[in-house]
Amino acid sequence: MRWIWIDKFIDFQSGRSATAVKNVTLAEEHLHDHFPGFPVMPECLMIEGMAQTAGILVGEARAFKEKVILAKIQKAVFFDFVRPGDSIQLEAAIESISPEAAATRGRITRQESLIAEIDLMFSHIDQNLTGIPFPKENFVFENSTFQSLLREYTSRGHDGGPQARVVHG
Amino acid sequence: MAISHDDIFQKVKEVLVDALGVDDDEVRPNARLMADLGAESIDFLDIVFRLEKTFTIKISREELFPADGLLNSGEMVANGKLTDKGLELLKKQLPHVDMTEFQKNPTVARLADLFTVEAIVKFLEHRLNANG
Repeated sequence: MRWIWIDKFIDFQSGRSATAVKNVTLAEEHLHDHFPGFPVMPECLMIEGMAQTAGILVGEARAFKEKVILAKIQKAVFFDFVRPGDSIQLEAAIESISPEAAATRGRITRQESLIAEIDLMFSHIDQNLTGIPFPKENFVFENSTFQSLLREYTSRGHDGGPQARVVHG
Repeated sequence: MAISHDDIFQKVKEVLVDALGVDDDEVRPNARLMADLGAESIDFLDIVFRLEKTFTIKISREELFPADGLLNSGEMVANGKLTDKGLELLKKQLPHVDMTEFQKNPTVARLADLFTVEAIVKFLEHRLNANG
């Protein structure tokens, strides 16, 4: 089973940009050890949240036909701690996309304050340079809980209000 | 206005420093992307994306770094070496690359060595000044 590390999308511009929200809670067990008496969200998990936000954005741009795999962290710079009770916004934008890969630029904020800048690269692994074959089924997105995040966004809307739409074009 | 070889080299250097996390002085014209600068396959795509942004042009990965189609064909490769036909095709695909040394012993293992900093600069010089 795949795990989801973002709570919901609040904006989704197909092929261009997406914003997700992650609420951090002390009920997350790893925070008890990271660190005892001073719980802060591990930076690697901020990268995971960005990889999911940007990865779904990249996947949707090709109608979830490609197997989108995180291939490179171009940049990850952190400016502040994220603590239990914080609600962070993860904004990702597609910088470049080609048949083989995509590059995204991202920032994480808490209210207006900048927490991190994370730029990533994703490979469409069926188009890999060495011609290595991968299983036919799309193990990234098929039957995956990732797409349910988008369904949730389109059916409920980000504020529980009127239907939101994935904006195309 | 034509952009000079030197200006292109400086911009390519910045791209490679950012994409590969190498130092300025490591990016010499004859430096090989994989053997000397530690590039892996995803880095080639990263470099293509960054060059597109820097020079505001469209580059297909095949154009700048071909070879995978070539390697998967029995006609082009035999006993770990490029056949004459393979070599001809490679020259056609990579007019910006100096093959003098490579064609003395065109083994597949040495193919990666063709992709040098200078090869990128020459490719761009040709592309930018041909259209400009």
